[in-house]
Amino acid sequence: MEIVQDTISWLLILGGAAFLLIGGLGLVRLPDFYTRIHAAGITDTMASELLLVALMVQAGFSLVTVKLIIIGLFLFFTSPTATHAVANAAFVAGLKPYFAPKPSAPAQEKTSEEKAGEEKIGEEKGVAGAPSGPVVQAEKGAESSN
Amino acid sequence: MKHHLVLRVVTKVLIPPILLFALYVQFHGDFGPGGGFQAGVIFAAAFILYALVFGLETARRVVPQGTLRALVAGGLLLYATVGVVSMLLGDNFLNYSVLRPDATAGQHLGILVIELGVGITVAAVMIAIFFSFAGRPPTIKDEDW
Repeated sequence: MEIVQDTISWLLILGGAAFLLIGGLGLVRLPDFYTRIHAAGITDTMASELLLVALMVQAGFSLVTVKLIIIGLFLFFTSPTATHAVANAAFVAGLKPYFAPKPSAPAQEKTSEEKAGEEKIGEEKGVAGAPSGPVVQAEKGAESSN
Repeated sequence: MKHHLVLRVVTKVLIPPILLFALYVQFHGDFGPGGGFQAGVIFAAAFILYALVFGLETARRVVPQGTLRALVAGGLLLYATVGVVSMLLGDNFLNYSVLRPDATAGQHLGILVIELGVGITVAAVMIAIFFSFAGRPPTIKDEDW
């Protein structure tokens, strides 16, 4: 019985650690605020919840488990709310997402010069660490949708 | 204020458990970690959260200035009263053992009442500090940020 308990909780701990790692990597590597907060949100909820569930499996049926459930519920509601509040504040303050479609009126009258400039900007960001391929694709998609 | 819907709903759900947890920390303090100061801060945190989400004026209506002042003084008065009562019962200031015929029961009662006084004062002072900071007229206009 104990080996089953240990195996399950170890799997959950490793899963939580993997989510923490992914969240940390995303926080460093993703291009702008909204994508980064998306990565941080994973760390906040999924990773900590998995770790708490792993601790619950270790604790068995006891008062500790009840306390862990309460902590888990609290985190389950507060972390996404905090993420939402921060993202909402940024949106209200006027921060535009990295992949946001360009304003429609200027996009139709776009000259070839501007398009070249945009591609250059995309390349520069690509050098800075952002994936250049999806950026160009997303911009093309945004233009075609306009 | 429409975009604060999520915050408002979550705050409404969370404030009662926060207050309940503050009371748990307050009255469980002699068996486990906790005590008056921590409980007071948690209790005040619930009110500060309420003021942050629902606005300062709404929170001021929940805890009026006069009540707050009375609570700040009342908690300290409760603390001092325990000391004076134990003096009147013929022992040193704040020696709880004489509060009850049984010394251990007296110590239990004394520490509980004293921690209650500490908790009330700390909660009221924290709320008062927050109110006085948040209630200051802004020195920078909103459009100058």
